[in-house]
Order: sequence, then C-alpha cells, then structure tokens
Amino acid sequence: MSVATDLLHAHNEAEETDIKMSGRGVNVFYGEKQALFDVDLDITENRVISLIGPSGCGKSTFLRCLNRMNDTIDICRVTGDILLEGQDIYDKSIDVVELRARVGMVFQKPNPFPKSIYENVAYGPRIHGMTRTKDELDELVTKSLRRAGLWEEVKDRLDQPGTGLSGGQQQRLCIARAIATKPEVLLMDEPCSALDPIATAIIEELIDELREKFTIVIVTHSMQQAARVSQKTAFFHLGKLIEEGSTEQIFTNPTDKRTQDYITGRIG
Amino acid sequence: MTNSVDTKVRKTSIHTTDEARLRLKKRYQSETGFKWIGRAAIGVSVGFLLLLLTSVVGQGLPAFTFNFVNLPFEITAEKLGTDGSDPVALKKADYDSVVRDAIRGQFPFVKSRKDKKLLGGLLSSGSSVYLRQQVLNKPSVIGTDAKLEVPISDFGDLYLKGQISSSSFVENTSRLAIADNDGDVLLTAEGDVFLDALASAKVALGVQVERVRRDLTGAGLSIEKTNNDIISLNEKIPAATDEEIKGRLENNLLKAEKNLKVLNARVKQFAAKIADFDSRIADTRMGEELTDVMPSQLVYVGDAVFKLISVTPNSATAETIKPFGEDVLTTSNDWTIRTLDIVESSRKFSDKEIVWTDALVEREYVRNGFNTIFFSRGASREPEMAGVLGAVIGSALTLIITLALSFPLGVAAAIYLEEFAPKNRWTTIIEVNINNLAAVPSIVFGLLGLAVFLNFFELDRSAPYVGGMVLALMTLPTIIIASRAALRAVPPSIREAALGIGASRLQTVVHHVLPLAMPGILTGTIIGMAQALGETAPLLMIGMVAFVVDIPTAFSDPATVLPVQIFMWADFPEPAFQQRTSAAIMVLLGFLIAMNAFAVVLRKRFERRW
Repeated sequence: MSVATDLLHAHNEAEETDIKMSGRGVNVFYGEKQALFDVDLDITENRVISLIGPSGCGKSTFLRCLNRMNDTIDICRVTGDILLEGQDIYDKSIDVVELRARVGMVFQKPNPFPKSIYENVAYGPRIHGMTRTKDELDELVTKSLRRAGLWEEVKDRLDQPGTGLSGGQQQRLCIARAIATKPEVLLMDEPCSALDPIATAIIEELIDELREKFTIVIVTHSMQQAARVSQKTAFFHLGKLIEEGSTEQIFTNPTDKRTQDYITGRIG
Repeated sequence: MTNSVDTKVRKTSIHTTDEARLRLKKRYQSETGFKWIGRAAIGVSVGFLLLLLTSVVGQGLPAFTFNFVNLPFEITAEKLGTDGSDPVALKKADYDSVVRDAIRGQFPFVKSRKDKKLLGGLLSSGSSVYLRQQVLNKPSVIGTDAKLEVPISDFGDLYLKGQISSSSFVENTSRLAIADNDGDVLLTAEGDVFLDALASAKVALGVQVERVRRDLTGAGLSIEKTNNDIISLNEKIPAATDEEIKGRLENNLLKAEKNLKVLNARVKQFAAKIADFDSRIADTRMGEELTDVMPSQLVYVGDAVFKLISVTPNSATAETIKPFGEDVLTTSNDWTIRTLDIVESSRKFSDKEIVWTDALVEREYVRNGFNTIFFSRGASREPEMAGVLGAVIGSALTLIITLALSFPLGVAAAIYLEEFAPKNRWTTIIEVNINNLAAVPSIVFGLLGLAVFLNFFELDRSAPYVGGMVLALMTLPTIIIASRAALRAVPPSIREAALGIGASRLQTVVHHVLPLAMPGILTGTIIGMAQALGETAPLLMIGMVAFVVDIPTAFSDPATVLPVQIFMWADFPEPAFQQRTSAAIMVLLGFLIAMNAFAVVLRKRFERRW
C-alpha cells in the first residue's frame, strides 16, 4: 500500500488534493477476451474526472469496476487493485452493498423505478436505514431533489410515477436517487447521451455544483462535455489508458499522438 | 405526356423499373393472401368454438331447471309417529309411506301391483330423503297443510321438458260410442276415424316384414352352405381310410342333414310370415293389433284416457289408462286421438306414466323451477338427485392445495435459477429437466402420486390434499418456466438501478424485479391452474374417482373433482345424466372463467409500465 501511495504522489504534482480512488494494474477479462490492460488511474477527491475514448475502448468497463457493477456479469473477471481510500474494494472483507452505497452510479439510459418520484428517491435511504422518521426522510428527499435541480418541477407531483417524466427529468431523478444515499463517489456512465442539448446543459451545470460534495467520474463521448465539466481527463484506447492529466493539458497539449488524433477527430 | 413533370428526363432507378414494380405487386399479393389465410383460420376456430359451446349449452341448459311435485303430503304427528319434538324420532319416521300414500291418493284407480310400482316410480326415489330434509329443517310444518315439494323422476322431468317423445293430436267431432267390453272398452265411431292409426300400424308391419325378408335371405345362404358341406362330405367319406376319421365325417354329415331340415322348415315359416304380412299391408282396411313397436295411440274422451290395442278403420278396442271420474260418458262428440311418435318399447317412460304425469300437471301439482338439487348436492346414482356441489368443493379444495404448493415453490425456484444460480452445467441440466417435466403426460404424475404419496407415505386415498400435491407436481414446471420468462423480460436496467444504489440482490429482486414480473408470473400460474382444474387422469390414479355422496368439508375428506365427475356421468346410460354431464361442463367452464377473471383483476393491479 505504501508503494501505491508513493505512486500517487508521484503522479500528482500539479494538484495537491487527496486521492479518493485509484486503480493499479487493472485488467478486466470478459471470458477469454481482455477488455482492459493494466490500467493505472487516480481519482481525486472533489474533482470531476472524464474518461474519454472511442467506443469499445474500455472506459465504461473501468467505470463499472469502481463500484463492482461488473460482478453482475458472470463471465467478467477483474485483476489488479482498485482502492477506495486506500482499501482494496475487491478484497473479501469489503461488502459490495456498502461499497455501492459509498460509490453511487448514474447510468447511460435513465432508469427510474416504476414507482412514484418520492419512492424513487426515498428507496436508497430506506434500504440503508439512513433516516429514522418520516420527516427526516421527507427532508432528505426534498434536499436530494433540490440538489438535482428537479425540485421546482416535481414538487407538486411527488406521488406520480417517475417513469412519466421527460428524459432529462428522469436522468435528474436518477441523479437525485443516487445522491440521496450520500455516496462519496458518483459514477456517471454517459449520463447525457440520451438527452437533448438543453437537458444536457442542465445536467452539466448540475455536475459542476455536485463537485463540491462528491467526487465524480464521468464517461462521455462528447469532448466538449469533457472539456466543460471536468478538471481531469483520461483517454482510453483499445483497452489501454493512453494518457491522463488535467483537462486543459489533454485538450491543448496532448503528449500522445493517439490522444491528439482522437481529440481532433481523426480517430474514433 | 403533356404534363410538365413527365417532360423532364427521369433518372432510371433500380426501384422504378417494370421488374421492380412487378416484384412489389407480388409482395402485396402475398401479404393479401396471408391476411385471408389468417382470417380463414380465425373463422374456422371461432366456428368450432361456437359449435362446441352450442352443443354443450344446448344439452346442458335444460338441466339447470327441474320439475318438482308438491302433492298434499300428509305430514301429521299420527302419520310420522312423532310431533317433531324429538329429532331422532323425526329422522327415523317413515317418509317412504308418506310419499307413497300421497301419490297413490292422486290415482285411486291404479290397482295392480305392477302399476302401483310404476306409479311410485313417477316420483324420484330420493323423494323421501328430500321430504325428510324439509321436515327436519322446519319441524313446525307438522300438522299444517304447508306445501312441500319432492323431485319428480328423471324421466318424468325429461318428459315434461319434451324430450321423451313428440306427439301429434287429432281432434274429432264425429260421434264416438264407448262401451265396456270385458275390462277393456270398445270404441265405435261413425266414419273411418281410426284409419291413420291403422296406417301407422301397417307402416310398422312394413318395417317388420323387411326384417323377416333379411332373415329369409340369411337362411337361404345357410342352406346353400350346408348343401355344399353335404356334397363335400359325401365325397370325402368314401375316400377316408382311417375308421376314426370316417366315423367323425359321417357324424358331421348327419348333423348337416339335420340342420338342413331345420333351415328348410324355417324358410317355409318365414315365407308364410311374409305372405301374411304382405297381404295385411296390402289390405289397408283390414284390422290390426297395435303392439309396443308401433306408435302409441291414446284417445282422450272427457277426463278419461284410453290406449288403443287393436283397430279397424271405424272401431277400436282400447285399454283404460285413466277411467272416467264422476262423469261417465257412453258417447261423445268431442274427443282427441294423440299419437306418440316414439314407440313405447324404445322409451323408458310408458304411456301410463305419460298420462299420470299429464294428470299431475293438470291438477297444478308440478312446478318447474331452478334446479337447486343440482347445485346443492353431491353425487348420486339417481340423476335427479345428483349434484355438482360435491365436485365443485372437491375441485376448490384440491386447487387451493395445488396453488399453495406450486406457486411459492415455482416462483422461488424460478427466482433462484434466474437471479442467483450461476450459469453452469448443473443449472443447464436442471433447466432442461424442468422443460422436459412440463411435457410429461399427466398420468405419469398420477402414477408417481400413487407410488410415493399413497403407497410409500401412506397418505389418504381420494383426499383433496393428495390430489393437490399431485397436481402441484404437474403444475410446477409450467409455473417455473412462465416465471423465468417473466423475470427475464424485466429490463436489466431496473436491476442495475437497484444494485447501483446499494440494494442487495434479494432486495433488488423482491422490491423491483418481482413486482414487474408478477403479471407474467400470474399468467403462467393461471395457465397452470387451469390445466390442473381440467385434469382427470392423475386423479383417477390416486382414487379421486370414488363415488362420493357427501360434500367434502376438509382437505382430508374423500372427494372427487369436476372433470372426474363429468367423466363418471358421461359414462352413465341415463339420458338425464347426459344432460347433467353437459351442465357440469358448463359449471366447469364457469369455474374457469371465474378463475381467469380473478387473474385479470390481479394482473391489472400489478401491471406497471417501465
């Protein structure tokens, strides 16, 4: 672990902030096929990091390793270390339910539960026993919806089904649901890919605000989005982490030829 | 071609050539053809369904009503031997004689032993039981002239519903003289009023003579064969060397010659008979005896009824079925001949019974009402006393057990296999086996139940709980397969959403996946239960085919189920049972529709969109 910590510091001269999560030598296999090769990546606390790269490059796979969502895929196998505050999340002593409560996730396609808006947000706190009284729960739901920028639009119809909202509203509901459990890290897997530009803009603003409370990892296909919302960017190509650094550096002065080709639109 | 658009030079596209147009036309043609084939298929199936329903409903509907007879029964303390204060004595009282005396009181002219027995049979043999039940339920009727009812016999009921025989009436105004003639009566009319009756007798003779002709042809063939035998025997006997064989052949020859003589005599007899019949048929005015293979002719004069036993064109000898009451007529100008189209020998309801039943109707003792017996009693050997309630309760008890066992087990198995079990060789083997089990003939499950539940565990025979267990085994694969399909149809995004906020796998399944899969699971369950409801074969194996009179009240009482009851009734020869079979099928269908309606309501409650 001390080796890991040293490495972390070596990597991060530029920003003197804490490392929330880090991957060391992460390999992922789907059956015989290897999807990720030896990925080392640090995720800084209270920062937004974008994972970019062409389709099938392994960025989503890496994201899903961070809260062990890959466990649900039978043939998936992960080697290497992924640390959350220095603790290996694939260790036997780690409870996956607790991990996912700490590392929340928002998916590509809005997937609210077919229940009321209120129930959608209240579900996480309820199963984790986060509140004791109904009032506390109400307050938490309100706060989460407010933080997700949805409160004003839904405050009068909390008992209506979440599936009846528009696409952008649904995605914000999913974000509210994710932050209601008070995670430390929030993973977002192309959260705006199914949304129109206006809804996208709202969510991007939201991400910027959420940064104060959470560490955010976002996978995106849109380079503009990465440039707008993230402080750090990592570029994946064919299952390998090619380059990572501050967003400014990656977009203005990439060191690797492939990064440059990708951001200028020559590959991908 | 003056159109400005057409003057432009068109680009030729691969999709606008004549060949392409032709291809397009063919595509539309095949589509139209397919539509019509589909419509025809639906039409045929709807037609068959309607045919089935009309035949079942048409036959079963009459069984929903029944004719009850409310005679002035003598329910008095003297007659019963108790005033009703002692229930045991009341139960033991002789209701048979109450019923017997009441019906005999209506027809005092019935004297012979045979006729008295016939008269008693007009009411159901369950009448005394039925009457006793009414008195036991309400002892206060003793000593009053309260109207009590008993069921009519099954054939009486069929007759009143017009299902025994059609009849035609001919009203006559010519003068008819009625003279007593040594027990019978002699009817003499002015004019040939009995010519129709005579003609129908001649027609029946024609049928008889045809039969004799067939016998004659048969006898002729036998003679030919015997002659051939004799010829071949005569050839063989001299050739035989062995004494023993020769003896046997000679014996055979003797037998054949004897046989030939008998046959020849018979032929002569047949020929004489044919000649006799032919001459009788030819002479349309020659008098005839009326037998029970000829349509019965009844003459109604005043309040009396006579049955013709021999007729000439203008006179007839008749048997008194119902004598005159107070007003004895010797001549009449207003009388009716009734012809019953079905001959007496081929119906189970005699002319006498018909006349007596008519008399009861005339005196307003017969009430046609809803068949309460059919819906409130268990099995019986008497069709009029048989009901479906026992079978309905038996089916309900059995299905409760089936549902209670197969639903939780099936859903739990499906959830485990679909959501928790690793996908490896073992689970594949289990899956294949479950799929195969769904196709196993149900009688095999019955044998399994017999061998394991009855013989090994020594559970009760004929008990609904054992039937329920056997049917649960049969239903389980159906429910598992349907439930797995329903679980698989739940989008994975819902699972990811729940897992993503830290729900455990069980929470994910119970809170989110299962509610969404519930409509599909319920559909599968209902299909399985409907299958179980209609199942007969496995229940036969575990003894649920028993003849159970009492209505079951517990899961361990001997019981039968609706389809088995239908199967048993369909086997009985009585036409009234045939009606009840169809009526029971209607009850079964009603049961099924009720179950499906319940399932639809449940589904609607569970149905949500995602």
